[in-house]
Amino acid sequence: MIFKDFNKEFFILIFNRFIGLIKINSKNLAKFLGLKAVRLLILLIVIAAISFIMIQLSPIDPVRAYLGQRIVSEEQLAIMGQYWGTNLSLGERVMGWLQTLASGSMGFSLIFRVPVTEVIVQKFTASLTLMVVSWVLSAIVGFGLGVLAGAKEGTWIDKAIKTYSYILQSSPTFWIGLVLLMLFSVYLGWFPIGLSVPIGQLSDTVTFWQWLYRLILPAVTLSIVGIASLTMYTRDKLISVKKSDYFLFAQARGESFWGIIKNHGIRNILLPAISIQFMSFNELFGGTILVEQVFAYPGIGQATVAAGLRSDVPLLLGIVIISTIFVFCGNLIADIIYKYVDPRLRGEEDE
Amino acid sequence: MGKLLEVNNLSISFTQYVQGLQRHYLKVISDLTLDIGESEIVAVLGSSGSGKSLLAHSILGILPYNSHVTGEIKFKGETLTQETKEKIRGREICLIPQSVNFLDPLMKVSQQAVGECKDDEERKEKQIRQREVFSKYGLDESVDDLYPFELSGGMARKVLLSTALLNDPDLLIADEPTPGLDVKSVEETIQDIRNLKENGKGVLLITHEIDVALKTADRIAIFYSGYVIEINKVENFVNSKNLLHPYSRALVDALPKNGFKLTKGVQPLEEVPGCPYYENCPIRLDKCQNNKPELIKHGDAMIRCFNFDEDIPADSEAVVSEESDVIVSEDLVSEELVSEESDVIVSEDLVSEELVSEESEDVVVEEILEVEEVNDES
Amino acid sequence: MSEAPGYNKGLFSSMNLRQKTLLTIGLTGLILLAIFISGWMINANLPTDFSIKMQAPSLAHPFGTDWMGRDMFIRTIKGLSLSIVIGIGASIISSIIATILAFVASVNKWFDEFVSWLIDLFASIPHILLIMMISIALGKGAFGVIMAVAFSHWVNLTRVLRSEVLQINTSEYVALSNRLGRSKLWIAKEHILPLVLSQIFVGTLLVFPHAIMHEASVTFLGFGLSPHEPAIGIILSESMSYLAMGAWWLAFFPGLALLIVVLLFDIIGDNLKRLLDPGEANN
Repeated sequence: MIFKDFNKEFFILIFNRFIGLIKINSKNLAKFLGLKAVRLLILLIVIAAISFIMIQLSPIDPVRAYLGQRIVSEEQLAIMGQYWGTNLSLGERVMGWLQTLASGSMGFSLIFRVPVTEVIVQKFTASLTLMVVSWVLSAIVGFGLGVLAGAKEGTWIDKAIKTYSYILQSSPTFWIGLVLLMLFSVYLGWFPIGLSVPIGQLSDTVTFWQWLYRLILPAVTLSIVGIASLTMYTRDKLISVKKSDYFLFAQARGESFWGIIKNHGIRNILLPAISIQFMSFNELFGGTILVEQVFAYPGIGQATVAAGLRSDVPLLLGIVIISTIFVFCGNLIADIIYKYVDPRLRGEEDE
Repeated sequence: MGKLLEVNNLSISFTQYVQGLQRHYLKVISDLTLDIGESEIVAVLGSSGSGKSLLAHSILGILPYNSHVTGEIKFKGETLTQETKEKIRGREICLIPQSVNFLDPLMKVSQQAVGECKDDEERKEKQIRQREVFSKYGLDESVDDLYPFELSGGMARKVLLSTALLNDPDLLIADEPTPGLDVKSVEETIQDIRNLKENGKGVLLITHEIDVALKTADRIAIFYSGYVIEINKVENFVNSKNLLHPYSRALVDALPKNGFKLTKGVQPLEEVPGCPYYENCPIRLDKCQNNKPELIKHGDAMIRCFNFDEDIPADSEAVVSEESDVIVSEDLVSEELVSEESDVIVSEDLVSEELVSEESEDVVVEEILEVEEVNDES
Repeated sequence: MSEAPGYNKGLFSSMNLRQKTLLTIGLTGLILLAIFISGWMINANLPTDFSIKMQAPSLAHPFGTDWMGRDMFIRTIKGLSLSIVIGIGASIISSIIATILAFVASVNKWFDEFVSWLIDLFASIPHILLIMMISIALGKGAFGVIMAVAFSHWVNLTRVLRSEVLQINTSEYVALSNRLGRSKLWIAKEHILPLVLSQIFVGTLLVFPHAIMHEASVTFLGFGLSPHEPAIGIILSESMSYLAMGAWWLAFFPGLALLIVVLLFDIIGDNLKRLLDPGEANN
């Protein structure tokens, strides 16, 4: 109800900003994106090289990892060694790996026995649903709670929300997952206990409801954890708006408290809050790995753990690269919102 | 004539935490008494950052939570409570803030001027009114869609003024309306505020610029170290000798046209047991060190100084009696001043000449205009 | 930021904020020390007694017992003290990295650019993934985990210190020292380090909770401490096999204990920060 006419008017503003951004700043934006793309490229090359070197330095032997328990002759081992490049110098191997990457291939997954790209596309799609759902959920709830706590600063509502966020910030994601699993799956029996769907099962073999059913607990876990930092951020931001001169003036002009929170408070903290939420892709990905492990959700997180534990080097490296791009995109969007949607900064950019 | 606003014995203090989380009390305004009538402009003149803005905030009921307030504020004879303040602010009492920072940076100015509305009907009415007032101050329709950061200095000032006038209030509080403006804009602002008076409105002008106060106000209250030490008519500020308090005189003497006599010394930051001006005062008495003078009526003016205390026995101390003699005669003179000016001024000058020469021996020169002070933001 | 829950209540209302803050720091420190010392004194090889295996919490075993009849309370305390050791190691190393990088950044524009770029680089890989990679590269185990956590947690403190050092560097007395011909190293040691020391200290404390949590997380995933170590992460990943049987206590209490330890460290860090920088307390 508070948000009723706020929504209409403010989202038109944001929309106009985006249009304006495309119209006025298309040149600036193109330059900005171009620079960012170069940055990403350099970043990816360095990360690819570093993670490759790290794996090479580790005790993992790709030949052994590939062969698993099979017994082979010395000659075959030598051929395999040549294939994996164990007889080359580190520098040559890094260059070789980067060349392969440049050609668009990430190699062959040892566990899944299909190209890494294929595994990543399939697993990432499954995880993306989980991530998007929990991301949106935690954005809405986190922002709402933050506004409530900030507006009611010092009251018991604020203290309760603050305590809740404080505790959640200190709780390990996977433990929250375990507790929810125990409560809703084991004790109440509402949801299946993990591993009810085999890891290898393809997403098209399960029905939509089965899929949704499996999605609820992991998504809730992931959002519960994601709420905390956004709530604290929103709360602090709103409190600083409450101390601003324009808040004071709005009060002096006789506007009602909630009217000011709606008209001036939310207006001024929404963009930064959205930015912050986009910048949380890093934690989101990390949380996904843990949550998928607890709930046996067959996504990119489980694939990561499997690749790491079973020394599937190509897949692990592929995931590092893809997750870097993912995090980078989040930060990029946050940057764009910050730089281009705010009329003040945009104005500076125009000059 | 009934008073529009009366402030009686208002004190404002804050609790603060400093390094190591030691608790610290900060008294910003002490025992402030002041009134404003209809069609009257009263200026509160004090150094920047001395906390005089808090007077405005207190009248509007927008002080921060960690403040403690005592005293009473009456508006149209009615004592204001937090509830009544909330009811009349923005309607009968409006604030003209000092800068564009008081506008929401992400909202178009017309939208802000209109403010909160109950329904679309009210909004439409207010929009028409907003357009009227804006036009009156020469803001054309292109201004409506600007964001605050896009306004030029002069435009911003007009927007702030129009915004305050939208609801046709009886009392306006102008809090430092002229910081960093060019000479022309300052003149315009002064004229605008004088016009408000012509329209029957009362204005409380809070400023640290003595020029602005002199050109605008009918009466000026001098704010020193949290205390109002003198309230006097603006005419009496033409010549420092017409003023009562030694600080007010030093202040006027410091004006360029009066020879730019600067007085040294700083306003005490800490609460002192006696008169806040004791350290710098040329006519101090022994009792001033440990006793606080009250703000008392003295003719048309109000003064916070023991030298004007009627109760002081004439022969209590040699210096005092001499001083008070002078003062009394001066007072008589100024009483006559109103009726026949030129003649008396000579005698007054003579009288004050004595006073001044006596003073100048230990002239406590004071940096008046821009003393870094307890900041009122905290 | 946030304050400890239950702050202005009852018994403590007569105390001022400073006393309360000091008391909070003292008490939380004491609890953590007690956990640490008692964990240290517990023999790693806990007695196994299959006659009391998988028992729900009782007075004799407040956290219950596991599949080998080991007391979960003792296992948890032992695990927590191990977590604290790893947390201490990782946060100290990460603070050293942060301090060095902050000073490197202050040398000149190029170094500053390089450090910023390094920060960007490390902030671009998901934390857990980074820790996994480093831990794998170093062959897992305690050493691997400490280094992995240390190398992924220096970013925030470096950011803070970098801007702080930058600010001090532009101050007048540093300019004066420069004119007097003091070497950069001398200035860093005599002028800058003493000023940022408290920040480094608080920064180290604030890394602590993250370090402990991330250690538990990677160990849980199987990339940290080896399964025969008495770590919380191991206990929790073990508990997954018994969840379906309803042995909730195996996961609930150890995790809760971990949460409390992390919270305690958070409280100490925040309170110290407020003591040194009272800006927040005025709110």
